[in-house]
Amino acid sequence: MSIWLMRLAMDRWQLHTARKQAEGGRCADTGPLALISETAHGPRLDAVNASGLALGVRPGMLLADARSLCPHLAAAPSDPMGDFAFLERLAVWAQRWGPWSALDPPDGLLVDVTAVAHLFGGEEAMLEEAQAIFRRQGLAAGLAVAPTAGAAWALAHFGPERAILGPEEDAKASLSSLPVAALRLDPDVLLVLRRLGLKRIGDLYGLGRDTLQRRFRTRRTPAANPLIRLDQLLGRVPEPLLPAAAAEVPLVQRRLMEPIRHRELLDRVVEDLAQDMARLLETQGEGARRLELGMWRVDGEVTVRRLEMAAATRDPAHICRLLATRLDDVDAGFGIELVRLRAPWCEGLALAQADFEAAAENHGTSLSVCIDRLTVRLGRDAVRRPVPFASHLPERAQRWIPPLDVAAAQEELELHARPLKLLDRAEEIAVLYATPDGVPRRFRWRGGVHEIARAEGPERIAPEWWRERPDARLRDYYRIEDGEGRRYWIYRQGITGDGRGNDRHGGMPQWFLQGLCA
Amino acid sequence: MRWRPGFAAARHSEIFASADEAGGAALALSLALDGMRAESICGDDKRGVLWVQDKTARRLGGRPYRAGLPAELRSRLIHVAANTAEDALFALEEGLRCRDLACVIGEIAGNPRAMDFTASRRLSLAAERHGVSLFLVRLNAKRDLSSARMRWQARSAVSLPSRWNAAAPGVPSWHAELFRARAHRQGEWILRDDGKHLAVSSPAAAQTDHVDLADAAGDGSLATSHGA
Repeated sequence: MSIWLMRLAMDRWQLHTARKQAEGGRCADTGPLALISETAHGPRLDAVNASGLALGVRPGMLLADARSLCPHLAAAPSDPMGDFAFLERLAVWAQRWGPWSALDPPDGLLVDVTAVAHLFGGEEAMLEEAQAIFRRQGLAAGLAVAPTAGAAWALAHFGPERAILGPEEDAKASLSSLPVAALRLDPDVLLVLRRLGLKRIGDLYGLGRDTLQRRFRTRRTPAANPLIRLDQLLGRVPEPLLPAAAAEVPLVQRRLMEPIRHRELLDRVVEDLAQDMARLLETQGEGARRLELGMWRVDGEVTVRRLEMAAATRDPAHICRLLATRLDDVDAGFGIELVRLRAPWCEGLALAQADFEAAAENHGTSLSVCIDRLTVRLGRDAVRRPVPFASHLPERAQRWIPPLDVAAAQEELELHARPLKLLDRAEEIAVLYATPDGVPRRFRWRGGVHEIARAEGPERIAPEWWRERPDARLRDYYRIEDGEGRRYWIYRQGITGDGRGNDRHGGMPQWFLQGLCA
Repeated sequence: MRWRPGFAAARHSEIFASADEAGGAALALSLALDGMRAESICGDDKRGVLWVQDKTARRLGGRPYRAGLPAELRSRLIHVAANTAEDALFALEEGLRCRDLACVIGEIAGNPRAMDFTASRRLSLAAERHGVSLFLVRLNAKRDLSSARMRWQARSAVSLPSRWNAAAPGVPSWHAELFRARAHRQGEWILRDDGKHLAVSSPAAAQTDHVDLADAAGDGSLATSHGA
């Protein structure tokens, strides 16, 4: 949908004066009026009201020429910047009719109404409603709906009132009667076309594409090349538009119950504000490039400190540190009652993971994070947790599972003391004993001789016959302590005469050291 | 000030012991339990205990055996089998940074190149920063430079007579010598864990001012000052 505010500047001026006169109580002046701007050749007319137009005054005239036509022409300065700002606000407001809108300066708007017209009761009803709303605001508007932005613009400016061009209609035929000015061309190009005798869009159809292309081959911009504009009008080439988006300046403020006069309190407030601002910016995924800290004093003064950063940031500590250096010369007077922090210039700043390490550094990691880190570097089998397993053989009675897994296991009965540490593979020891089936006297292990001073045992553990080979030998465990107090867990494998030993030892039992006791 | 059981343990302790006995690891566990009891969080504490061993320590001293552990630690043990000393140090430091661990026990054999003063300083800082205690058992190691706050020399001592069987080993005891400490005087004790607290079993053995000074040039640490 294209919206053309035909007399935007004049409508705005009249609204403005009407409001002032309503306040002042004077009646509206209806004489001829022009809005002027100063140029190198003197004041020139930008806009003229209806009574001025009736007297033959036209926009673009010099004021002196207009005065000669109409000596009592009133003049007021025009306000193009204000008009543009008004148009920007209007573009955002016009999003009531569609998901996005674009500015069409100096006096138009484009709204994307694809598939939304039925919400307003059809395209005709929507256009009527829009025109009525603009009329209520005191703005004269021409509206049109068309499949392309160019066609909508052309119809809004030069077509019939509330023109609608459906997608199935023949756009080429229905737009052919419009003047070439409907192509949004620059004035000099329009002049060329007029000199060539091309007045209507339909006249261009008669020329071949090659001809137009050759004539305007040096013109690259769409506004200077009728062929590109014609293609845009008919939807043959895309026409990107820049949507108007409402941008809010992030603002946080603190109203203080008690005016503050001291620097420490102000620092505290600034710190709070910086944290609020960081949260606000974080939700928007932005960082501030420029910050303004305004301090309203009780006695009616405002102190503003501006800060500009080299890169977008929202780190509260950083902001506080920078602001602290700018607050040294603030005169609090009778006290500051309102502190406000604005970020007029923001840039996108994605959430970064740099904080992750810092958070771990400050508050420690959770167990799962710690396990993950260990597992990633050391491997899955390196980080495990022991759980009991139903077996009598000591090396089988413990299994290893991942540290965070839950294993349902029965706690074992503590009938016998067990060593604190168990060797991965029991080491054979040479023993000296009085009787082969009794407690040994001394043993040799890893090159050292240990005199056995105290011993407890034997604790006999039979082989698990249901899973071991038939010649597996039983074990007699002894918990022993040597003369120096070192405690071990040793066992004798087999007994003499069980017929299960190998030939190397002549069937004699072997001795092993399996565990180190606490 | 003289150390006695019940003091909150230093955040970073080193225990030198022989790899041919379990006295070092047992003393480390007892000191850890003593520290947890001193902080009176042992009752309903369900936080894990990380036990890191390097490959040589595993080969020489074996792995922890669940049924032989103190009862309150059995279900809380997480074992890390590192291959190199570098990996073991990494695991120790990660464990110290974890707020869900009650303490970290390490076993490193010998004096590997990675286990230098810088590494030990890193461990001390991490332990003190996050409030997780580290008990590092140094198996068959020389007393090198270290920033550990308490450094012990441990060996097994003759156990108490068993209550039921005169010929059997009784409650295990350890001879512990505190040879460097930041906040305590040096001293020697015979310690045992009787299930509720760490007990000094024979006061006569705990002689004061028994100074067994450097047997290596790098004895002690740069970061600690002995004496109270």
